[in-house]
Amino acid sequence: MPEITRDQVEHLARLAHIRMTDEELDTMSGDLEKILEHVSAVQAAAGDDVTPTSHPIALENVFREDVPAGMLTQEEALDQAPDSEDGQFKVPAILDGE
Amino acid sequence: MTETFDVNATLGADELVRLTALQMAERLRAGTTTSVELVQAHLDRIAAHDGDVRADADGDRGVRAYLHVNTDEALAVAAEVDAIRAAGGPEADALHPLAGVPVAVKDNIVTRGQPTTAASRMLEGWLSPYDATVVARLREARLPILGKTNLDEFAMGGSTEHSAFGITRNPWDGDRVPGGSGGGSAAAVAAFLAPFALGSDTGGSVREPAAFTGTVGVKPTYGAVSRYGLIAMASSLDQIGPAARTVADAAALQQVIGGHDPLDSTSLADAPADLTAAARGRDLAGLRVGVVTDLPAEAFHPGIRAGFDEHVAALREAGAEIVEVSCPSFDAALGAYYLIMPSEASSNLARFDGVRYGHRVVPDGGGTIEQVMGATRAAGFGAEVKRRIILGTYALSAGYYDAYYGSAQKVRTLVQEDFARAFEQVDVILTPTAPTPAFELGAKTDDPMTMYVNDLATIPANLAGIPGMSVPGGVVDGLPYGLQLMAPAREDARLYEAGAALERLVAQRRGGPVWAGAPELEKGAQRATTATTAGGRA
Repeated sequence: MPEITRDQVEHLARLAHIRMTDEELDTMSGDLEKILEHVSAVQAAAGDDVTPTSHPIALENVFREDVPAGMLTQEEALDQAPDSEDGQFKVPAILDGE
Repeated sequence: MTETFDVNATLGADELVRLTALQMAERLRAGTTTSVELVQAHLDRIAAHDGDVRADADGDRGVRAYLHVNTDEALAVAAEVDAIRAAGGPEADALHPLAGVPVAVKDNIVTRGQPTTAASRMLEGWLSPYDATVVARLREARLPILGKTNLDEFAMGGSTEHSAFGITRNPWDGDRVPGGSGGGSAAAVAAFLAPFALGSDTGGSVREPAAFTGTVGVKPTYGAVSRYGLIAMASSLDQIGPAARTVADAAALQQVIGGHDPLDSTSLADAPADLTAAARGRDLAGLRVGVVTDLPAEAFHPGIRAGFDEHVAALREAGAEIVEVSCPSFDAALGAYYLIMPSEASSNLARFDGVRYGHRVVPDGGGTIEQVMGATRAAGFGAEVKRRIILGTYALSAGYYDAYYGSAQKVRTLVQEDFARAFEQVDVILTPTAPTPAFELGAKTDDPMTMYVNDLATIPANLAGIPGMSVPGGVVDGLPYGLQLMAPAREDARLYEAGAALERLVAQRRGGPVWAGAPELEKGAQRATTATTAGGRA
């Protein structure tokens, strides 16, 4: 059975950009272990010779004419932004100490 | 039901809302009911019995199906239809046959002019700048939209208890869940708060609530209905589908919303089949019905098992050929689903970062964009959503990808092969929809795995992309249960044909449709008006 440590969950949470409390980290590692215990059966279910399926009904080369259509205006695109300035999305500093 | 329907009968509001959508449409065309009258009858019933999903559940015995009631717009569209019809002429002749029949929409499908929250704090107060294709098609056909229905947050759950705003009650028993994730749509339809509704089905989110509420729920073939404007959970599994009280109503709704859409690159280009005609049913004689031998009998409620066996016997008696089919990979399907779905969800939900739209939380004293994202997603997502994002991030991470995501995708191939072999021998496959009837509120929220097991019979259809439908089978311990039919991919018409025949058989055996037996509703709390007003960011 896979063991999921608290440190591992902390790392995953950082990758997923979700700040977690100590309590959440503890609960999550227990939950993940329980779920993985159940779903790990998939590893034995299919041999090496089975081709993976990524999409249930495979379509190929779905193109459309390369003409602009159905665009939002700049105003519409920014209308629901938490913060904007001069027609652009405004975000906090990317780097520390700026 | 249609046999005894008199289009000219004088009906009160209580009787109007109990008609099927197709009967409502017939009265509108005959001029014996106006669309405004019909919409108002539903709005009045919502006001009396829906309560307020955002109110404390202890003080509200309403159904709590609607997150937002779209009163003004629905009445305006209804008045337009009535005016066109009254004026007559070519515009009246060109009206869609369903024009003026109201509909509800699950709140993970985007709508202009009214909120779309996906039942998440992340999108509270957000207004979509565009309509989903299915919504655009409802508008084109002039179906007034009654409002947006409750769901598990981002459609993640099987009980609607994971909504960030509040629970929805099962109209058959207010202390039980309506199923999920589309519990709001199913409860609205079962409680006569809407004649039909849109849902989305990733692992059973239309079919399981249908089973729990004694209604019909359909997951069309993957790509048969556009996903443009459906807030994505797992893109290779998600499918919008209809919730209704009858198979014919579901077919009529899929006919409106289905068909190719250039805005969805996974949309099928097939010529649309006549689903409304298919839903007139067929003779059961000669229908080859597959019964899966590999579903674990012990997982199913004894009453549902017994009901299922009785229906199989009745089908045989009616001339259907019952064939046992083996689908050995179903055993691993649940595990594969609970790897593929969170993996895709972890990627899809990365867009909710507090930058371009939706919730933004700035930590005390400011912070970098990374800190803002971390705080935003911590506050904006509920526990189940976080659980699935973390699980998906794990399954996709270096070193584990092949063992988890890769293996799950192989199981997906095996499930498709199982179905392909089965459909060489049978026209449709029949299973119970859910292992149990509706469970009590709070019964499964502590252990995620007990909730997941509920999707046992519905998941294989999503993994394989084939269409599936839940038809009410009967009542066990005072609660409805569902029978699931599945057909090969692109054979939605066959599914509706068989579904209508099964529905008729069940009604014959019971002396009427299951949904007609739902008990009277309790009174709901009065809805707070501010919580549902569009506009203004939270």
